[in-house]
Amino acid sequence: MQAETLSGGFADTARDAARAFRAVLDAMARPGSIHEMAGAAPPAPLSPAAGAVALTLCDPETPVWLAPSLATPEVEGWLRFHTGAPLGPREAAQFAFGSWEELAPLTDFPIGTAEFPDRSATLVVGLPGLAPAGARLTGPGIREAAALSLPEAEAFARNAALYPLGLDFIFTAGSRLAALPRTTRVEG
Amino acid sequence: MTDMSQDYNFAYLDEQTKRMIRRALLKAVAIPGYQVPFASREMPMPYGWGTGGVQVTAACLTPEDRLKVIDQGADDTTNAVSIRKFFERTADVAVTEATSEASIIQTRHRIPEQALSEEQILVYQVPIPEPLRFLEPRESETRKMHALEEYGLMHVKLYEDIAKNGHIATAFAYPVKVEGRYVMDPSPIPKFDNPKMDDCPALQLFGAGREQRIYAVPPFTKVVSLDFEDHPFEAGRAAHDCALCGAGDSYLDEVIIDDEGGRMFVCSDTDHCRTRREAGHTGALGVPEAFA
Repeated sequence: MQAETLSGGFADTARDAARAFRAVLDAMARPGSIHEMAGAAPPAPLSPAAGAVALTLCDPETPVWLAPSLATPEVEGWLRFHTGAPLGPREAAQFAFGSWEELAPLTDFPIGTAEFPDRSATLVVGLPGLAPAGARLTGPGIREAAALSLPEAEAFARNAALYPLGLDFIFTAGSRLAALPRTTRVEG
Repeated sequence: MTDMSQDYNFAYLDEQTKRMIRRALLKAVAIPGYQVPFASREMPMPYGWGTGGVQVTAACLTPEDRLKVIDQGADDTTNAVSIRKFFERTADVAVTEATSEASIIQTRHRIPEQALSEEQILVYQVPIPEPLRFLEPRESETRKMHALEEYGLMHVKLYEDIAKNGHIATAFAYPVKVEGRYVMDPSPIPKFDNPKMDDCPALQLFGAGREQRIYAVPPFTKVVSLDFEDHPFEAGRAAHDCALCGAGDSYLDEVIIDDEGGRMFVCSDTDHCRTRREAGHTGALGVPEAFA
Protein backbone atom coordinates (compact mmCIF):
# COMPACT_ATOMS: atom_id res chain seq x y z
CA MET A 1 0.00 0.00 0.00
CA GLN A 2 1.27 3.46 -0.93
CA ALA A 3 1.97 5.91 1.88
CA GLU A 4 -0.09 8.58 0.11
CA THR A 5 -3.13 6.29 0.22
CA LEU A 6 -3.27 6.80 3.98
CA SER A 7 -2.45 10.52 4.06
CA GLY A 8 -4.28 13.50 2.62
CA GLY A 9 -7.53 13.12 4.57
CA PHE A 10 -9.05 15.82 6.79
CA ALA A 11 -6.78 16.62 9.75
CA ASP A 12 -9.73 17.42 12.04
CA THR A 13 -12.42 15.21 10.49
CA ALA A 14 -15.62 16.64 11.98
CA ARG A 15 -14.71 20.33 11.79
CA ASP A 16 -13.01 20.20 8.38
CA ALA A 17 -15.95 18.27 6.93
CA ALA A 18 -18.36 20.80 8.45
CA ARG A 19 -16.52 23.71 6.81
CA ALA A 20 -16.26 21.85 3.49
CA PHE A 21 -19.98 21.03 3.54
CA ARG A 22 -20.92 24.67 4.17
CA ALA A 23 -18.88 25.62 1.10
CA VAL A 24 -20.72 23.02 -1.01
CA LEU A 25 -24.12 23.97 0.46
CA ASP A 26 -23.49 27.64 -0.19
CA ALA A 27 -22.31 26.86 -3.74
CA MET A 28 -25.44 24.78 -4.45
CA ALA A 29 -27.77 27.36 -2.84
CA ARG A 30 -26.16 30.26 -4.76
CA PRO A 31 -25.31 28.93 -8.25
CA GLY A 32 -22.32 30.70 -9.76
CA SER A 33 -20.70 31.59 -6.43
CA ILE A 34 -17.12 30.31 -6.12
CA HIS A 35 -15.80 28.88 -2.86
CA GLU A 36 -12.50 27.75 -1.39
CA MET A 37 -12.41 24.03 -0.44
CA ALA A 38 -9.45 23.41 1.80
CA GLY A 39 -8.33 20.46 3.89
CA ALA A 40 -7.90 17.53 1.49
CA ALA A 41 -4.71 16.45 -0.29
CA PRO A 42 -5.69 13.58 -2.62
CA PRO A 43 -3.23 12.01 -5.06
CA ALA A 44 -3.10 13.71 -8.49
CA PRO A 45 -4.92 14.01 -10.81
CA LEU A 46 -7.85 14.30 -8.33
CA SER A 47 -8.01 17.99 -7.34
CA PRO A 48 -7.96 19.08 -3.68
CA ALA A 49 -11.52 20.46 -4.05
CA ALA A 50 -12.83 17.24 -5.62
CA GLY A 51 -11.04 15.28 -2.89
CA ALA A 52 -12.72 17.40 -0.21
CA VAL A 53 -16.13 16.81 -1.84
CA ALA A 54 -15.49 13.05 -1.72
CA LEU A 55 -14.41 13.17 1.94
CA THR A 56 -17.46 15.27 2.85
CA LEU A 57 -20.21 13.43 0.95
CA CYS A 58 -19.10 9.93 -0.08
CA ASP A 59 -19.21 6.85 2.14
CA PRO A 60 -20.09 3.14 1.88
CA GLU A 61 -23.70 4.09 0.99
CA THR A 62 -22.79 6.04 -2.18
CA PRO A 63 -21.68 4.26 -5.36
CA VAL A 64 -19.05 6.36 -7.16
CA TRP A 65 -18.08 6.38 -10.83
CA LEU A 66 -14.53 7.46 -11.62
CA ALA A 67 -13.59 8.67 -15.10
CA PRO A 68 -10.75 6.71 -16.78
CA SER A 69 -8.20 9.50 -16.20
CA LEU A 70 -8.93 9.38 -12.45
CA ALA A 71 -9.16 5.60 -12.18
CA THR A 72 -5.52 5.16 -11.20
CA PRO A 73 -4.54 2.74 -8.42
CA GLU A 74 -3.49 5.77 -6.30
CA VAL A 75 -6.82 7.64 -6.59
CA GLU A 76 -8.92 4.48 -6.26
CA GLY A 77 -6.95 3.38 -3.23
CA TRP A 78 -7.22 6.82 -1.63
CA LEU A 79 -11.01 7.00 -2.18
CA ARG A 80 -11.52 3.46 -0.87
CA PHE A 81 -9.43 4.06 2.23
CA HIS A 82 -10.83 7.47 3.19
CA THR A 83 -14.48 7.13 2.15
CA GLY A 84 -15.20 3.40 1.79
CA ALA A 85 -17.33 4.25 -1.25
CA PRO A 86 -17.90 1.38 -3.69
CA LEU A 87 -16.70 2.13 -7.23
CA GLY A 88 -19.30 1.20 -9.83
CA PRO A 89 -20.82 1.84 -13.24
CA ARG A 90 -22.32 5.14 -14.46
CA GLU A 91 -25.90 3.80 -14.29
CA ALA A 92 -25.61 3.21 -10.52
CA ALA A 93 -23.51 6.25 -9.60
CA GLN A 94 -24.66 8.63 -6.88
CA PHE A 95 -21.47 10.66 -7.42
CA ALA A 96 -19.31 10.75 -10.54
CA PHE A 97 -15.88 12.35 -10.80
CA GLY A 98 -14.16 13.32 -14.04
CA SER A 99 -13.47 15.94 -16.67
CA TRP A 100 -16.37 17.36 -18.70
CA GLU A 101 -15.29 15.40 -21.80
CA GLU A 102 -15.14 12.12 -19.87
CA LEU A 103 -18.50 12.60 -18.14
CA ALA A 104 -20.29 13.05 -21.50
CA PRO A 105 -22.71 11.73 -22.62
CA LEU A 106 -24.72 12.58 -19.50
CA THR A 107 -27.67 10.41 -20.49
CA ASP A 108 -26.68 7.23 -18.63
CA PHE A 109 -26.42 8.72 -15.12
CA PRO A 110 -29.51 8.36 -12.88
CA ILE A 111 -31.79 11.43 -13.04
CA GLY A 112 -34.27 10.29 -10.38
CA THR A 113 -37.91 9.28 -10.82
CA ALA A 114 -41.11 11.34 -10.86
CA GLU A 115 -41.86 10.20 -7.29
CA PHE A 116 -38.25 10.38 -6.06
CA PRO A 117 -36.44 13.08 -8.07
CA ASP A 118 -33.75 13.16 -5.35
CA ARG A 119 -32.47 9.73 -6.42
CA SER A 120 -30.24 11.32 -9.03
CA ALA A 121 -26.50 11.56 -9.53
CA THR A 122 -24.32 14.52 -8.61
CA LEU A 123 -21.50 15.02 -11.11
CA VAL A 124 -18.23 16.43 -9.77
CA VAL A 125 -16.69 18.03 -12.85
CA GLY A 126 -12.98 18.86 -12.92
CA LEU A 127 -12.35 22.05 -14.90
CA PRO A 128 -9.04 23.79 -15.74
CA GLY A 129 -10.30 26.99 -14.08
CA LEU A 130 -13.34 28.71 -12.58
CA ALA A 131 -14.26 32.35 -13.19
CA PRO A 132 -17.40 34.44 -12.68
CA ALA A 133 -17.67 35.07 -16.42
CA GLY A 134 -19.18 33.33 -19.43
CA ALA A 135 -22.54 31.58 -19.33
CA ARG A 136 -25.44 33.58 -17.87
CA LEU A 137 -27.24 31.89 -14.97
CA THR A 138 -30.72 32.68 -13.66
CA GLY A 139 -33.11 30.86 -11.34
CA PRO A 140 -33.47 29.98 -7.63
CA GLY A 141 -30.53 31.11 -5.51
CA ILE A 142 -29.59 33.93 -7.87
CA ARG A 143 -30.66 37.52 -7.16
CA GLU A 144 -30.88 38.61 -10.79
CA ALA A 145 -28.25 36.88 -12.88
CA ALA A 146 -24.87 35.30 -12.25
CA ALA A 147 -22.06 34.26 -14.58
CA LEU A 148 -19.86 31.17 -14.51
CA SER A 149 -17.21 29.78 -16.85
CA LEU A 150 -19.05 26.59 -17.89
CA PRO A 151 -17.67 24.22 -20.54
CA GLU A 152 -20.90 24.58 -22.57
CA ALA A 153 -24.50 25.76 -22.18
CA GLU A 154 -26.60 23.33 -24.18
CA ALA A 155 -26.15 20.26 -21.95
CA PHE A 156 -27.27 22.27 -18.89
CA ALA A 157 -30.31 23.63 -20.72
CA ARG A 158 -31.28 20.05 -21.65
CA ASN A 159 -30.78 19.02 -18.01
CA ALA A 160 -32.90 21.91 -16.71
CA ALA A 161 -35.69 20.90 -19.11
CA LEU A 162 -36.00 17.58 -17.23
CA TYR A 163 -37.02 19.41 -14.02
CA PRO A 164 -37.89 18.21 -11.39
CA LEU A 165 -35.73 15.30 -12.57
CA GLY A 166 -32.14 15.87 -13.60
CA LEU A 167 -28.50 15.91 -12.57
CA ASP A 168 -26.79 18.32 -10.21
CA PHE A 169 -23.25 19.54 -10.83
CA ILE A 170 -20.29 20.52 -8.69
CA PHE A 171 -17.39 22.13 -10.56
CA THR A 172 -13.89 21.96 -9.15
CA ALA A 173 -10.62 23.60 -10.18
CA GLY A 174 -7.64 23.21 -7.85
CA SER A 175 -8.97 24.09 -4.41
CA ARG A 176 -11.93 26.10 -5.73
CA LEU A 177 -15.49 24.97 -6.24
CA ALA A 178 -18.84 26.11 -7.69
CA ALA A 179 -22.13 24.31 -8.25
CA LEU A 180 -25.11 24.20 -10.56
CA PRO A 181 -28.39 22.59 -9.43
CA ARG A 182 -30.92 21.39 -12.00
CA THR A 183 -33.08 24.49 -11.42
CA THR A 184 -30.57 26.92 -12.91
CA ARG A 185 -31.34 28.24 -16.38
CA VAL A 186 -28.13 28.51 -18.43
CA GLU A 187 -27.74 30.71 -21.50
CA GLY A 188 -24.55 30.65 -23.53
CA MET B 1 -17.20 17.82 34.67
CA THR B 2 -14.96 16.81 31.80
CA ASP B 3 -14.69 18.77 28.57
CA MET B 4 -17.83 17.88 26.61
CA SER B 5 -16.05 18.20 23.28
CA GLN B 6 -13.98 15.17 24.32
CA ASP B 7 -17.09 13.11 25.00
CA TYR B 8 -19.20 13.88 21.93
CA ASN B 9 -18.36 14.24 18.28
CA PHE B 10 -18.55 17.86 17.06
CA ALA B 11 -22.25 18.85 16.93
CA TYR B 12 -23.31 15.54 18.55
CA LEU B 13 -24.09 13.46 15.43
CA ASP B 14 -21.60 10.90 14.10
CA GLU B 15 -19.94 11.68 10.76
CA GLN B 16 -21.80 9.08 8.71
CA THR B 17 -25.15 10.44 9.88
CA LYS B 18 -24.04 13.96 9.01
CA ARG B 19 -22.98 12.86 5.52
CA MET B 20 -26.42 11.26 4.98
CA ILE B 21 -28.18 14.46 6.13
CA ARG B 22 -25.82 16.63 4.08
CA ARG B 23 -26.55 14.67 0.91
CA ALA B 24 -30.29 15.05 1.57
CA LEU B 25 -29.84 18.80 2.13
CA LEU B 26 -28.04 19.27 -1.19
CA LYS B 27 -30.82 17.45 -3.10
CA ALA B 28 -33.41 19.48 -1.17
CA VAL B 29 -31.73 22.70 -2.30
CA ALA B 30 -31.58 21.42 -5.88
CA ILE B 31 -35.34 20.59 -5.90
CA PRO B 32 -36.98 23.49 -4.00
CA GLY B 33 -40.05 22.45 -2.01
CA TYR B 34 -39.64 18.71 -2.62
CA GLN B 35 -39.49 16.59 0.55
CA VAL B 36 -36.34 14.45 0.58
CA PRO B 37 -36.64 11.32 2.75
CA PHE B 38 -33.79 10.93 5.26
CA ALA B 39 -32.91 8.44 7.98
CA SER B 40 -33.80 10.61 10.97
CA ARG B 41 -31.97 9.63 14.16
CA GLU B 42 -32.99 9.38 17.77
CA MET B 43 -31.97 12.61 19.43
CA PRO B 44 -31.59 13.26 23.16
CA MET B 45 -34.96 15.06 23.18
CA PRO B 46 -38.49 13.89 22.39
CA TYR B 47 -40.10 14.06 18.94
CA GLY B 48 -42.01 17.28 18.70
CA TRP B 49 -39.22 19.21 20.37
CA GLY B 50 -37.43 19.98 17.15
CA THR B 51 -35.40 16.85 16.43
CA GLY B 52 -35.61 17.50 12.67
CA GLY B 53 -34.40 21.08 13.01
CA VAL B 54 -31.67 19.99 15.42
CA GLN B 55 -30.36 17.39 12.98
CA VAL B 56 -30.32 19.91 10.11
CA THR B 57 -28.56 22.47 12.31
CA ALA B 58 -26.02 19.86 13.48
CA ALA B 59 -25.23 18.94 9.86
CA CYS B 60 -24.74 22.60 8.85
CA LEU B 61 -22.96 24.00 11.90
CA THR B 62 -19.29 25.02 11.67
CA PRO B 63 -17.11 26.14 14.63
CA GLU B 64 -17.23 29.72 13.27
CA ASP B 65 -21.03 29.98 13.36
CA ARG B 66 -23.11 32.08 15.72
CA LEU B 67 -26.37 30.33 16.55
CA LYS B 68 -29.73 31.80 17.51
CA VAL B 69 -32.68 29.60 18.50
CA ILE B 70 -36.27 30.84 18.77
CA ASP B 71 -39.51 29.20 19.74
CA GLN B 72 -42.63 31.11 18.60
CA GLY B 73 -40.33 34.11 18.19
CA ALA B 74 -38.92 33.96 21.72
CA ASP B 75 -35.29 33.28 22.65
CA ASP B 76 -36.09 32.56 26.30
CA THR B 77 -38.58 29.68 26.18
CA THR B 78 -37.70 26.16 27.36
CA ASN B 79 -37.36 24.64 23.90
CA ALA B 80 -35.16 27.47 22.57
CA VAL B 81 -32.95 27.58 25.64
CA SER B 82 -32.39 23.82 25.73
CA ILE B 83 -31.53 23.56 22.02
CA ARG B 84 -29.16 26.54 22.30
CA LYS B 85 -27.45 24.95 25.31
CA PHE B 86 -27.29 21.61 23.50
CA PHE B 87 -25.18 23.14 20.73
CA GLU B 88 -23.11 25.22 23.13
CA ARG B 89 -22.13 21.98 24.86
CA THR B 90 -21.73 19.66 21.89
CA ALA B 91 -20.34 22.07 19.27
CA ASP B 92 -18.82 24.78 21.49
CA VAL B 93 -20.48 27.27 19.15
CA ALA B 94 -21.09 30.97 19.88
CA VAL B 95 -24.72 31.92 20.48
CA THR B 96 -26.70 35.13 20.31
CA GLU B 97 -30.23 36.45 20.73
CA ALA B 98 -29.76 39.23 18.16
CA THR B 99 -31.21 38.27 14.78
CA SER B 100 -28.69 40.36 12.84
CA GLU B 101 -25.66 38.75 14.55
CA ALA B 102 -26.66 35.12 13.93
CA SER B 103 -25.31 33.09 11.02
CA ILE B 104 -27.70 30.19 11.66
CA ILE B 105 -31.16 30.66 13.19
CA GLN B 106 -33.15 27.60 14.22
CA THR B 107 -36.81 28.43 14.56
CA ARG B 108 -40.04 26.91 15.72
CA HIS B 109 -43.13 28.49 14.13
CA ARG B 110 -41.89 32.03 13.35
CA ILE B 111 -39.72 33.98 10.94
CA PRO B 112 -37.90 36.86 12.67
CA GLU B 113 -39.32 40.35 12.08
CA GLN B 114 -35.97 41.73 11.00
CA ALA B 115 -35.19 41.04 7.35
CA LEU B 116 -32.66 38.22 6.91
CA SER B 117 -29.43 38.59 4.95
CA GLU B 118 -27.52 36.53 2.38
CA GLU B 119 -25.09 35.37 5.07
CA GLN B 120 -27.80 33.65 7.10
CA ILE B 121 -29.44 30.21 7.18
CA LEU B 122 -32.90 29.77 8.69
CA VAL B 123 -33.62 26.22 9.95
CA TYR B 124 -37.30 25.42 10.56
CA GLN B 125 -38.58 22.73 12.91
CA VAL B 126 -41.41 20.94 11.11
CA PRO B 127 -44.03 18.64 12.72
CA ILE B 128 -45.98 17.49 9.60
CA PRO B 129 -44.06 18.21 6.38
CA GLU B 130 -46.73 16.93 3.98
CA PRO B 131 -49.19 19.74 3.12
CA LEU B 132 -51.63 17.19 1.67
CA ARG B 133 -51.53 14.81 4.67
CA PHE B 134 -54.81 15.91 6.29
CA LEU B 135 -56.54 15.63 2.92
CA GLU B 136 -54.99 12.27 1.93
CA PRO B 137 -53.53 10.06 4.67
CA ARG B 138 -51.68 7.64 2.35
CA GLU B 139 -48.04 8.50 1.68
CA SER B 140 -48.13 6.47 -1.56
CA GLU B 141 -50.96 8.71 -2.81
CA THR B 142 -49.54 12.08 -1.75
CA ARG B 143 -46.23 11.13 -3.36
CA LYS B 144 -48.09 10.45 -6.62
CA MET B 145 -49.96 13.74 -6.30
CA HIS B 146 -46.67 15.65 -6.00
CA ALA B 147 -45.19 13.68 -8.93
CA LEU B 148 -48.18 14.55 -11.14
CA GLU B 149 -48.46 18.11 -9.79
CA GLU B 150 -52.05 17.21 -8.86
CA TYR B 151 -52.93 19.84 -6.29
CA GLY B 152 -56.65 20.22 -6.99
CA LEU B 153 -57.55 18.74 -3.59
CA MET B 154 -55.76 21.58 -1.81
CA HIS B 155 -57.74 24.17 -3.75
CA VAL B 156 -60.96 22.32 -2.92
CA LYS B 157 -60.00 22.51 0.76
CA LEU B 158 -59.37 26.27 0.54
CA TYR B 159 -62.63 26.69 -1.39
CA GLU B 160 -64.55 24.80 1.32
CA ASP B 161 -63.03 27.22 3.83
CA ILE B 162 -64.56 30.09 1.87
CA ALA B 163 -67.90 28.33 1.46
CA LYS B 164 -68.15 27.72 5.23
CA ASN B 165 -66.54 30.85 6.66
CA GLY B 166 -66.68 33.42 3.88
CA HIS B 167 -62.88 33.58 3.84
CA ILE B 168 -59.88 31.23 3.89
CA ALA B 169 -59.75 30.32 7.58
CA THR B 170 -56.28 28.76 7.56
CA ALA B 171 -54.21 31.02 9.83
CA PHE B 172 -50.98 29.05 10.15
CA ALA B 173 -49.12 26.40 8.10
CA TYR B 174 -50.72 28.14 5.12
CA PRO B 175 -49.71 26.16 1.99
CA VAL B 176 -47.34 27.73 -0.54
CA LYS B 177 -46.17 26.86 -4.05
CA VAL B 178 -42.41 26.96 -4.52
CA GLU B 179 -40.91 28.12 -7.83
CA GLY B 180 -44.17 27.25 -9.60
CA ARG B 181 -43.82 23.50 -8.97
CA TYR B 182 -44.12 21.91 -5.51
CA VAL B 183 -46.82 22.73 -2.97
CA MET B 184 -45.06 22.95 0.39
CA ASP B 185 -45.98 23.23 4.05
CA PRO B 186 -44.15 26.28 5.42
CA SER B 187 -44.28 24.66 8.92
CA PRO B 188 -46.79 26.10 11.41
CA ILE B 189 -45.66 29.71 11.02
CA PRO B 190 -48.52 32.25 11.07
CA LYS B 191 -49.60 33.20 7.56
CA PHE B 192 -48.41 36.69 8.53
CA ASP B 193 -44.87 35.31 7.92
CA ASN B 194 -45.57 33.71 4.53
CA PRO B 195 -44.62 36.76 2.42
CA LYS B 196 -41.18 36.81 4.10
CA MET B 197 -40.35 33.44 2.50
CA ASP B 198 -40.69 34.83 -1.01
CA ASP B 199 -37.46 36.07 -2.62
CA CYS B 200 -35.73 35.82 0.78
CA PRO B 201 -31.95 36.44 0.65
CA ALA B 202 -31.31 33.75 3.30
CA LEU B 203 -31.24 30.00 2.68
CA GLN B 204 -34.26 28.30 4.28
CA LEU B 205 -33.96 24.66 5.41
CA PHE B 206 -36.73 22.51 6.89
CA GLY B 207 -36.28 19.42 9.07
CA ALA B 208 -39.05 17.03 10.15
CA GLY B 209 -37.52 14.47 12.52
CA ARG B 210 -40.45 12.18 13.28
CA GLU B 211 -41.66 12.22 9.66
CA GLN B 212 -38.09 11.86 8.32
CA ARG B 213 -38.20 14.57 5.69
CA ILE B 214 -35.88 17.44 4.75
CA TYR B 215 -36.79 20.21 2.33
CA ALA B 216 -35.47 23.60 1.36
CA VAL B 217 -36.12 26.95 -0.25
CA PRO B 218 -32.94 28.42 -1.80
CA PRO B 219 -32.34 32.18 -1.58
CA PHE B 220 -34.23 34.41 -4.05
CA THR B 221 -36.82 31.74 -4.81
CA LYS B 222 -40.45 32.36 -5.68
CA VAL B 223 -42.77 31.31 -2.82
CA VAL B 224 -46.46 32.01 -3.47
CA SER B 225 -49.26 31.47 -0.95
CA LEU B 226 -52.15 29.59 -2.60
CA ASP B 227 -55.31 31.66 -3.13
CA PHE B 228 -58.07 32.53 -5.58
CA GLU B 229 -58.41 35.57 -7.86
CA ASP B 230 -61.55 36.71 -6.00
CA HIS B 231 -60.20 35.70 -2.57
CA PRO B 232 -56.57 36.82 -2.65
CA PHE B 233 -54.14 35.79 0.10
CA GLU B 234 -54.05 38.18 3.06
CA ALA B 235 -51.35 38.13 5.72
CA GLY B 236 -53.34 38.97 8.84
CA ARG B 237 -52.31 40.15 12.29
CA ALA B 238 -54.14 41.26 15.44
CA ALA B 239 -55.40 44.85 15.02
CA HIS B 240 -53.38 46.24 17.92
CA ASP B 241 -50.02 47.82 18.66
CA CYS B 242 -47.48 45.99 20.83
CA ALA B 243 -48.23 46.96 24.47
CA LEU B 244 -44.52 47.03 25.33
CA CYS B 245 -42.79 48.60 22.33
CA GLY B 246 -45.70 50.12 20.41
CA ALA B 247 -44.87 48.34 17.14
CA GLY B 248 -47.81 48.47 14.74
CA ASP B 249 -46.39 46.12 12.14
CA SER B 250 -45.10 43.09 14.06
CA TYR B 251 -46.81 39.75 14.75
CA LEU B 252 -48.45 39.81 18.20
CA ASP B 253 -49.09 37.29 20.96
CA GLU B 254 -52.21 37.74 23.09
CA VAL B 255 -51.40 37.47 26.81
CA ILE B 256 -54.06 37.13 29.53
CA ILE B 257 -53.00 39.35 32.44
CA ASP B 258 -55.71 38.98 35.11
CA ASP B 259 -58.85 37.04 36.13
CA GLU B 260 -61.21 39.70 34.72
CA GLY B 261 -60.42 38.91 31.07
CA GLY B 262 -57.82 41.63 30.79
CA ARG B 263 -55.29 41.03 28.08
CA MET B 264 -52.37 42.61 26.34
CA PHE B 265 -50.82 42.16 22.91
CA VAL B 266 -47.05 41.93 22.71
CA CYS B 267 -44.53 41.20 19.95
CA SER B 268 -43.96 37.48 19.57
CA ASP B 269 -40.39 38.25 18.38
CA THR B 270 -38.66 39.03 21.69
CA ASP B 271 -35.45 40.30 20.06
CA HIS B 272 -37.41 42.69 17.83
CA CYS B 273 -39.39 44.00 20.81
CA ARG B 274 -36.30 44.46 23.00
CA THR B 275 -34.37 46.21 20.21
CA ARG B 276 -37.26 48.64 19.74
CA ARG B 277 -37.58 49.34 23.47
CA GLU B 278 -33.84 49.93 23.72
CA ALA B 279 -34.19 52.41 20.86
CA GLY B 280 -36.70 54.36 22.97
CA HIS B 281 -40.05 53.07 21.67
CA THR B 282 -42.61 52.50 24.43
CA GLY B 283 -46.08 50.95 24.12
CA ALA B 284 -49.27 51.62 26.11
CA LEU B 285 -48.34 49.27 28.99
CA GLY B 286 -44.57 49.54 28.60
CA VAL B 287 -42.06 51.19 30.87
CA PRO B 288 -39.32 53.31 29.28
CA GLU B 289 -36.20 51.12 29.02
CA ALA B 290 -34.21 53.44 31.32
CA PHE B 291 -36.55 52.58 34.22
CA ALA B 292 -37.09 48.90 33.42
